[in-house]
Amino acid sequence: MFPFCFEWVWDMPHMVFMGGLWYALSIIGAGLTFAVVKSIIDMKSHDGQNQEHH
Amino acid sequence: MKEKHDYERARRYGMVIDLDKCTGCGACMVGCYMENNVPFKPDETNKLDSINWIRVYKLNNGKPYPETEICYLPMPCMQCDGVDLHGHSPCVSVCPAVATDYDDDTGIVSQIYTRCFGCRYCMAACPYHARKFNWWDPVWPADMKKALSPDVSPRMRGVVEKCSFCFHRYQLARNKAYFENRQNEPLGEDDYQTACAQACPTGTITFGDLNNKAHAVHQLKTSPNAFRLLERLGTNPKVYYLTAKNWVRRQGDNYLTDEEPGKLKQKR
Amino acid sequence: MNGMPLIPAGVNRCSKRRFAFWMAAVTAVLVWGVYAMFLIWYKGLNQTRMNDAYGFALWIWADLSVIALGGGAFFSGFLTYIVGKDKLANIINFAVIIGFICYSSALLILTIDIGQPLRGWFIFWHANVHSMLTEVAFCLSCYFAVLTIEFIPLILENPRLAKKPFLNHLTHNMHGVMPIFAATGVFLSFFHQGSLGGVAGVLYGRPFAYREHVFIWPWTFFLFTWSAAACGPCFTILGIWLTEKITRKKLVKQDVIRLLAKISGWMIITYIIAKTADTLYWAFVTAPSRGFTLMDFYSSPTYNIGLLFIEIVLCGFVPGLILITRKGRENAFLLMSAVILAVMGVSLNRWVMVLQVMAVPLFSFDDWFTYMPSWQEVATTILPVAYGLIVISLAYRYLPVFPQEQELNPID
Repeated sequence: MFPFCFEWVWDMPHMVFMGGLWYALSIIGAGLTFAVVKSIIDMKSHDGQNQEHH
Repeated sequence: MKEKHDYERARRYGMVIDLDKCTGCGACMVGCYMENNVPFKPDETNKLDSINWIRVYKLNNGKPYPETEICYLPMPCMQCDGVDLHGHSPCVSVCPAVATDYDDDTGIVSQIYTRCFGCRYCMAACPYHARKFNWWDPVWPADMKKALSPDVSPRMRGVVEKCSFCFHRYQLARNKAYFENRQNEPLGEDDYQTACAQACPTGTITFGDLNNKAHAVHQLKTSPNAFRLLERLGTNPKVYYLTAKNWVRRQGDNYLTDEEPGKLKQKR
Repeated sequence: MNGMPLIPAGVNRCSKRRFAFWMAAVTAVLVWGVYAMFLIWYKGLNQTRMNDAYGFALWIWADLSVIALGGGAFFSGFLTYIVGKDKLANIINFAVIIGFICYSSALLILTIDIGQPLRGWFIFWHANVHSMLTEVAFCLSCYFAVLTIEFIPLILENPRLAKKPFLNHLTHNMHGVMPIFAATGVFLSFFHQGSLGGVAGVLYGRPFAYREHVFIWPWTFFLFTWSAAACGPCFTILGIWLTEKITRKKLVKQDVIRLLAKISGWMIITYIIAKTADTLYWAFVTAPSRGFTLMDFYSSPTYNIGLLFIEIVLCGFVPGLILITRKGRENAFLLMSAVILAVMGVSLNRWVMVLQVMAVPLFSFDDWFTYMPSWQEVATTILPVAYGLIVISLAYRYLPVFPQEQELNPID
């Protein structure tokens, strides 16, 4: 899973497989972080007021 | 990074089992149990959940008396080289945690018990049922505990185990060769033998390096009577069988009605 | 804050007493399953009737089936957020809940199924990138995370939670980035649904399962993804229909159901044509090259050729043809029959690709292998059903799952 695991090999299958995994994880992580950070900013700028959505 | 393996020059340990010599005595199984600390249960009648690294099957020609013929077939792990001899044996390529591996130096398929987490995918992949699962915790009668081999680690519940061609004996032989300053020479046939081959009273099992011309198996495997089990699947086993009986050979693989064993194009 | 209602505004729900009674009944089944689960974890897999010939059995089938049926979540997400079928936004919440239940169940079953549960993390840490099972484990876990993220905004829409400013903003912002999560979910689903097909398809030692390859993927890789996308939405429709029957309310407008059914129908019919082609090539080229005829695989009383007919014709072509015709979709009986047949078909396909693979003898001196699950295996397979009912019941009661419910069931 990580390059420091002893069975890690810098070959094409590892790069494609793990590349896909870390790419997906990064998108999920970035999306979540964006939503949480923006919510904190929004909450402060709206002075604790709810906003209408849907 | 793994180096590219030279399948012609490297060691490829294998077996040749002469079925016409086997009496079905089961000494190979007993020898294997003792050598490899193979656990057993008080009741071993259900062969589908008992552990054995080599199992003797009883075949018959399906004909009524007096034409009935019997053949005993000892079946260890086939130590498959896999499709195109790349070491991608059916089990090694599927194990999700690299708990089973193909050793490029010997061609032996290993099983790392402490790495295995018991998904049993390798068992589903193996057409020979060579892989056994530890459904129970291994328990030995008190006195037998003292007879356990210190060279082989006993396995725990929930992991898969299988024949290793007594790999610990290979390691011991290599150590011995090193201390005798023979590390650069190939191991002799007598330096490394499996327990089953040594236990067999009729000389049915011959073990050695299939690539070494000095080893008997090198010549035996080229016999016109030689065949491998389920060869057509492309598993490339390193266990060969010898028989002069066509009906035995036919049961060693699957053939369509118009096909004859030995006359099909061999895949190696 | 505690004075805020827990039940969404504008909808009717049954009394607390009735709800408690229902939940107690389902929880009793759940407890039975949990007991069996602990028994297996404590005593080991000897509590099952699996054996060395049947290393994969009921659980792996259940796993593959719930993942296929949960495929409605990724495919509905794909259609709603990426293709832009806005109408399907009316069922996306329910599809996500079904997906969440299915995937969490699949992960739970896997932790019961492995011999050394405490070493389960080895599949990630010591990953063998060549194994289809590794791909399944990674994509399954990641997609479960995506489904959880998709489920969270719905949970936060509970009236009491929605009043908290941070949670309110979080819901809004998560909805904003949902297409990105949906796209990631589709990417992950494509691979894990496919890998599950690959699990059987790569077994070149098992001629019943083995299929020819395109690059590294056997045909079953694509067939599994395709069938999950085709039949998953049918399970979503079935779930909605059952919820409507139990609550005695119309929750989703019929045009939404029909649109989903139509898309599903075309997916099923194209899938089953591809499956037929795959079966023919396997039966007349792949298997004979290994010395097997088609009938060698169907010579057991249990596993006979009728199964192939049921899977491909009765549970494949028949529901596909019903769902692609307007008359079929507009007739309630035909629609639901087709939906049930499709769900049965995909489950049967998974059964065959797990249990029949194990049952087929490879040596002429071997017999067909048989297997009958123990009560512990059955209980742990029913456990996810009880768990699913609890999650759906709670979600329906406390969350605005069906956006059209208010309009369809006005309160005076």
